[in-house]
Amino acid sequence: MGMNIIYIILGTLAFAICAPVLGCLLAGVDRKISARMQGRVGPVLLQPYYDVRKLLGKENASVNATEGVYVTCALVFTLLAGGIFVSGGNLLMSVFVVALSALFFIMAAYSTRSPYAEIGAARETLQVMAYEPMVLFMAVGVYMALGSFNVATLTWAAAPIITDTWAIFVGFLFVLTIKLRKSPFDLSYSHHAHQELVKGITTEMSGSTLAKVEVMHWCENILFLGWVAMFFVWSNPLSWVLAIAVALAVYFLEIWIDNNFARVKWQLLLKSAWIVAIVLGGVNIAVLAYW
Amino acid sequence: MSFATKSPWVIHYDASSCNGCDIEVLAALCPGFDVERFGIINTGNPKHADIFLVTGSVNEQNIHTIKEIYNQMLEPKVVIACGVCACSAGVFHDCYNVIGGVDQAIPVDVYAPGCAVRPEAIIDAVVEALGILDKKAKALAAKKKGA
Ligand code: SF4
Repeated sequence: MGMNIIYIILGTLAFAICAPVLGCLLAGVDRKISARMQGRVGPVLLQPYYDVRKLLGKENASVNATEGVYVTCALVFTLLAGGIFVSGGNLLMSVFVVALSALFFIMAAYSTRSPYAEIGAARETLQVMAYEPMVLFMAVGVYMALGSFNVATLTWAAAPIITDTWAIFVGFLFVLTIKLRKSPFDLSYSHHAHQELVKGITTEMSGSTLAKVEVMHWCENILFLGWVAMFFVWSNPLSWVLAIAVALAVYFLEIWIDNNFARVKWQLLLKSAWIVAIVLGGVNIAVLAYW
Repeated sequence: MSFATKSPWVIHYDASSCNGCDIEVLAALCPGFDVERFGIINTGNPKHADIFLVTGSVNEQNIHTIKEIYNQMLEPKVVIACGVCACSAGVFHDCYNVIGGVDQAIPVDVYAPGCAVRPEAIIDAVVEALGILDKKAKALAAKKKGA
């Protein structure tokens, strides 16, 4: 138990250093590829970094004292969730800690009492409701395929878990679009210009608080791609290369989806995500349980 | 150059007048010209914006809106008056409800003349504004350090 905590602390430190760097580069590549898909040149690769540095240099102002605290908590719990995952810890714990982070983010928006931020927060809540069942099915599926929630177990597995859980993987890809805040499921907060009620959940966030939100998104994206990669890792060390390649390919697919589909209404978001969770997640788990 | 100039997010407000300048400004911001190359993002949220583009003249109705948007923006920030109406009320200067140019409501940093304002004038004004933004950002950083 004592060793576990040390691993988690080390993992969190490593994640807190690496994830923002990788996530920032990923966001830069995302914006460049998106621009190219729209026939534009797009910003420089380090544009997301410049944005955050600019935000950090802005005047400090906030509608209340609690918003910034909530956002800081959201960022810290994202880093902790990443730390649990990369240190080979408990997948279910990682999933729950990320959910806690999402909760703090929603609380931050609600605490401002701004009608626009509240609409964003309500939509974010809907998104959490939409993706959470599938994410839990994903964790359960991994447990049944692996016999353990411990991610480290993957490194001595005889075969990648994708062989037993491909339906769950497809279902997870579906809700990944929600988690990565990509269109058509970017209901609460969109990175695209001017398609938002003011600016959704981040309407009242500014300066360094908004910078923290950006860094949190970078880290989240890296963690979620880590979950994707997890399906392709087994005892063969070369499988890491395959896993990273799949994660990058999945991200490219997400960018493509983002640029080709218009935002849907929340009813369709909720229904489709739950149907996918019940059909793909439920059937896969039933198969794992009875065969 | 400070980071402020590498990621100038703009907010745009059409005060009044004939809307000609408004259309020019929006056309300059549309994806065809790809202002994102320079890190520019067109935002609808004053709290996220660094550059305030105003077109049209100030009147009794919109003076409060202009002041509100300006006050919600965080330092460092710059204001560009786009078009003759925004600079000095232009052809509408003697209308019964018109107060004058944007500088009657808020401090203006750059004046971009023209009726309607030409895209080249808008670009020139934004380049000029970036220089001012840079100075303001450095002054703010020095103040933050001192405090
Ligand atoms: S400056 Fe000319 S084109 Fe621009 S808003 Fe005024 S009247 Fe219209």
